[in-house]
Order: sequence, then C-alpha cells, then structure tokens
Amino acid sequence: MTEPATKTMNMIEAINSALDVMLAKDPEVVIMGEDVGYFGGVFRATAGLQKKHGKTRVFDTPISECGIIGVGVGMAAYGLRPVPEIQFADYIYPGLDQLVSEAARMRYRSANDFICPMTVRSPFGGGIFGGQTHSQSPESLFTHVCGIKTVIPATPYDAKGLLIAAIEDNDPVVFFEPKRIYNGPFSGYYDRPVEPWSKHDGSAVPEGYYRIDLGKAAVVREGQAVTVLTYGTMVHVVKAVVAEHGIEAEIIDLRTLLPLDIETIEASVKKTGRCMVVHEATRTSGFGAELAAQVQERCFYHLEAPIERVTGFDTPYPHSLEWAYFPGPVRLARAFDKIMKD
Amino acid sequence: MVHGIKDNLAPLHLHVPEPKFRPGDKADFSDIIVPEVDAITRPDEHASPADIHALAYGLVRVLGDDNQAVGSWNPGLDADTLRAMLRKMLLLRAFDDRMFRAQRQGKTSFYMKSFGEEATSVATTMALHSDDMCFPSYRQQGILITRDYPLVDMMNQIYSNSGDRLKGRQLPIMYSAKDYGFFSISGNLTTQYPQAVGWAMASASRADTRISAVWCGDGSTAEGDFHSALTFAAVYNAPVIFQVVNNQWAISSFSGFAGSERTTFAARAIGYGIAGLRVDGNDALAVFAAMQWAANRARTNGGPTLIEYFTYRGEGHSTSDDPGAYRAAEEYALWPLGDPVTRLKDHLIAIGAWSDEQHEALILELSDFVKASQKEAEQKGILGHGLHHPMETMFEDVFEEMPWHLKEQCEQMLEEQRDKFGPEWEAR
Repeated sequence: MTEPATKTMNMIEAINSALDVMLAKDPEVVIMGEDVGYFGGVFRATAGLQKKHGKTRVFDTPISECGIIGVGVGMAAYGLRPVPEIQFADYIYPGLDQLVSEAARMRYRSANDFICPMTVRSPFGGGIFGGQTHSQSPESLFTHVCGIKTVIPATPYDAKGLLIAAIEDNDPVVFFEPKRIYNGPFSGYYDRPVEPWSKHDGSAVPEGYYRIDLGKAAVVREGQAVTVLTYGTMVHVVKAVVAEHGIEAEIIDLRTLLPLDIETIEASVKKTGRCMVVHEATRTSGFGAELAAQVQERCFYHLEAPIERVTGFDTPYPHSLEWAYFPGPVRLARAFDKIMKD
Repeated sequence: MVHGIKDNLAPLHLHVPEPKFRPGDKADFSDIIVPEVDAITRPDEHASPADIHALAYGLVRVLGDDNQAVGSWNPGLDADTLRAMLRKMLLLRAFDDRMFRAQRQGKTSFYMKSFGEEATSVATTMALHSDDMCFPSYRQQGILITRDYPLVDMMNQIYSNSGDRLKGRQLPIMYSAKDYGFFSISGNLTTQYPQAVGWAMASASRADTRISAVWCGDGSTAEGDFHSALTFAAVYNAPVIFQVVNNQWAISSFSGFAGSERTTFAARAIGYGIAGLRVDGNDALAVFAAMQWAANRARTNGGPTLIEYFTYRGEGHSTSDDPGAYRAAEEYALWPLGDPVTRLKDHLIAIGAWSDEQHEALILELSDFVKASQKEAEQKGILGHGLHHPMETMFEDVFEEMPWHLKEQCEQMLEEQRDKFGPEWEAR
C-alpha cells in the first residue's frame, strides 16, 4: 500500500483543498459568501473553486449575514449541504438568530423532520492589527447554544481533516479558522520573523480525502508538570513559551470545543495535578470558564493548585495596543510561574 | 447664519403612530378605498416589475358586490373546485373553534385561530402544486388542512401528547410536516423568509420544477430577515412567492408600526425590483388568482413576487390576549371587505351551485368530523396529563448522535424522576 500523496500546505491551502475535495465528492455541497466566488475570498480560502466547480456551486452573496445563514438553512432543508463563509467572525452577529434559533434547533424542533447539515466557516481571532471588528473570538457564544458543534483547528493538517468531517456532519458546525496562523504558526513574539508553515509537521497535508473525527482533542506535547488546555493560535504560543522556559507541560489542543473530548482532558489533569486554560477570547464567561468548571468537577481531588486562566482582557480588541491585549509570552510565563509555585 | 434659521423653526417632535380606533370608539372604515373589480387588469405573467407598480397600490378583486366572479383576474374555477375551497375554509374554521375551546378547557397551553384570514392559507395552497414547499408563519394551519394532513396529527401536536410527531417539543400549532411540503414553524418571526429563498435557490440550482411560498404578517415585515430575503430573491431571481398577510394587527400594535401609514406592504417589492401585488385577502378567488399568477411566473423563471393580502384578524392574536383591551369592539363586523367564507358561499349560491341548506349541513358534518378527530386525539393524552413521549426523548435530536454531556444530563434527569416518583416509576 502506498502512502497517499502529501503536499506542504499553509492553512489557507489546506482549507481550500478540503473544500475542493468535498465539492468534487458530494454534489450537494455548495459554498457561498461575500467575495468567495470569482475573487476567491478575501483570505483566498475559496480561490479557484468557482472556476473549477461552477457558479451554482460556489458563488458570491449580498452583504447580509442574516441572509447568508438563513438561505443556508433553507438550502439544507431542501437537501443541500451548504458551507457558507462569514468573512470575519466579527460579522456573524446579524446571522446569529438564524444560527441559534433556526439552524441549531431544526432537528430538535421538527423531531428529525428537517435537519441542518451546514458548516459555517469564519476567520476569527486577533494578532493581525484588525481592531475591534476584525479580531474577535466569539466561540463561547456558540458553545453555549445547544445543537451547534464548534470546531477550531490549529494546523493545516487538522484544518483539512476537521473541515471535511464538519461538512460531512449532519448537524450545524461553526468552524472558526485562526487567521493569525493562516500563513504560519505564531510564537506570540510579534517582533520576530514570521515562521512559515513549511517548517512545521502540521503542514504535510494529504492531497485527497481524509477526515479527523470531531470531538477528539490532540495531545500536542506530552508532559508531567501541568496540563494546558487550549486551541487555535494559542496552541503555538503556548508551545513556544513552554519550550523557552523549559516547562514540562502537557499541551492539549482541543480542536473541537463542543462536543468536548473530556476523557483526554480528565486523564491528563489527573496525571499532572495542575491545569491551565488558555484562550485569546475575553475572559468573563469565556470557554475557559467551562473548562475550569469541568476540570474541578472531575479532577478536584487531583489538583495541587488552583486552575489558572490565561485569556484576553474583557475589553473590545484594541488596535494600537493589540500586543498589550493579546495573551502572549509574558502573560503566559507569569501564569506558569504562579501555577508551578502553588 | 444657520443659527438664525434654526431659531425660527418649530421644535422637532417624534411621531408615534396611533390606530384610528381604540376600545369604546366607533370604528369607521369609510377611508379604506375598495377599487372596482378589474380596476387594474391582469398583466402577463412575465410582465416587467417596473411596468406593474400600480398593482402594488391597487387591490386585486374578483368577487363583485353582486357575488359574481368577473374580470381579467377571474381564475375561472369550476363549481367542484369552488365547493372544495369552501369546504376547506369551513373545516379550518371548525377546527379553529374546537381547538380554541380545548385551550379554554385546559387541555392545552395555547392556540391561535385564523378567523377572517382563511382564504390566505386555503386558496393560496390550492393554487400551488402539492409538492411545492410552504414556509408558513404561525397562522397558516389552512395549508395543512388543504393538503389533507390528518386533523388528529395536528391535534396531537396541539396536545403535546404521546402521538405528537414533534415529541411534545414545540408550542402548540408549531407544526412540521415535510411530507406535506410544510416547513417546521419557528415561533421567531420571519426567519422563514430567507429560508424559503434558500430552498427556492436550491431548487433552481438543481433544475427542479418545485417552487417555494412563504408567509408572514404585516408586523413582522419589519424584521431584518424580510429585507435580507427580498434582496437575495431579487439577486438570484429565486422561484419564491413572498406573502404578507396584512391583517392590520400585530398582537396589540396596528400595522402603522410596520410602516402602513406611508405605503402598502406590496410596495416593498418596488424597491427590490420584483413584482408586487396587493390583493383583497377576503376574496378567495382573488387570492387564488394572485397566487396562481405568481406561481406561474416563478415556475417559468420569471422570479419572485411579493403579494400583500389585505385582510383583517377577526379575533385575538392568540388565546393569550383580549382584543377588547386595545381595539374597537365591532371592527370585524364593519370591515369593508367582508368575511372570506361568507363571500365564497354567497358566490356559490349566486351561480346556483350551493344553497343555505347545503351550507348548514356541511357545517354540521365538519363539526362532527372535528369532534370525532378530537376524541381520537385525546385518547393519546392532553397536555399535562402524563401521556407524553418517554422522558429520555428530551435529550434526543439535539444532535444526530447524543454526546456524552447530554447522556450525563439525561441520566441525571432520570434519577430526579426516580427520586420524585419512587421505584414504580421505572416500571411504568
């Protein structure tokens, strides 16, 4: 048996490849969104797909997120498998009612009469000088909604496999793409040269079809001292800080926030006795709060220190002070100091 | 210099609309213009929207004062079809009466009648193909009745009983019936509008022949979804029919709070460059004719149409409000467009195809049928009397496969039931 052909891809290329594979594999898949057609998307995620698969499979939409998601719900009711793009996660709010009250509840409210196999892709997160309307991380708004799965990849390989699994899923999925790492993993040191994906293992991506099941976390670094639960861009920032400070941390990339891989989390925290949760999103009622609650419910008697949260601040994402806001190496190092001393 | 002008202006004031009549007032609808039948003749089904703007401000009518069907919009339905239409409208009225009473008897939590608006769900559905997809709001039970959906199934849903196809999850009347081309009712208003467009776009992209039709009320045209939907439908020339049932009232807010003081709802179409028709919603033949025009247009790639049915909500919004608290008492009796059932009946009598005796006999027959259906449904339980779907079903269908956290919560709920009802609960 020969190994499937792999190619070095950045995250955008991997996402483009996933969409290409699914458009070819499943005639019910359609892609729509602002600027996704002829132009191929503002981040190029859909580049070339309209030309290859046709205008009725990949097309531009009016600037109306309510319309994009609402139309997607109707297409799914017809039997299609829509994969709308919301150009920035910050723009998703006009479509929120269609996601929360319609897509998420369609199967339940109709008792399986209608379903909504729709995957909403959207770039999210900061670190690109996007200001308060191009930097947000609204994932906990979606994990709070029953009936939606929330997926966030951290490598090109995961992005492709998870996106294919999301598109094949028969329930609505919100697929947030950490746009800071579209072109290369980010160490958190914004003043250092950008590292390309080609130097990272996660950039070796099979050209064809493969899937990574939703609901399965990845242990990206094994360790005995402390468990770090994180996802998206922060996986790479944590890795860099851990390497720099020589911390024997076990880093878990959650990959799917809901359904959560609680077994992997529980086993790790029981092993290390310490737990830190890290996300870029604002702190209060962030997904870290849910993680901390789950860990203390399941692992309280194994904990040797309070659970530490490292997050963005509870302010809108600032423009000029982006790096004072971002949960970067300094904030992480202080948190590691604290949790290891306790 | 600007300040000088400002000093001479009267102060700004905020206009808050107010309906013409409130409780205690004598309603007077003499200002409502009811144009002659055929004041605007029926255009070609492929007419350019720009050439038919007048139809968005007029009123399509077929039934004249002498109860005859006349003019270019007359759909020319035969007597059997007219009698079938009357039968459906009467069945809907009988069903509504019975279920309203069931709510008052404590058998369920909620009900909504469509009294006075029967034509807008029955005649419209008769003008569609049986496999066209309907995206209703909450007052179009007439679609299901017209498509012969079992009354017992509707009642099971209203009672949330063990026979409820929706497993007791939805507020009464929020039906879902895919097999009957009836989309799941949300309860959030106008969300079905962009969904109907998406369905129609999918049908067009698949070179299908089916179209979609969607309903909302006058009040909910104010939702953003309405405008997103019209934009998408116009952009992609989607085979969808938008319908606004303008029954004058959104619970206690009159249509002025959706903009009716300035223009018609049909005229919303003009800004989007799509066809707009304003129709006498209590004239079942005009309603049928308008829907047929729009359906033919959509089915032949002519694109979307927005139809406003000018009608009147004869009773309260639902079982939860008393219209006597916010509007003049006898408005419906004075409504200048009459009652849709009475007008269709009078037409059938005028053409010699019906009689008062037949009418009374039919009302009795349908009443008996509804009562028998109710009896059958109640054998599967009424709300709050135990005969519901198994407790575990609360956690089913959130996702296709139940994730661990819902399994845990389901187990917790079952333990709570054991605590509450003792070990014999398990055996039940």
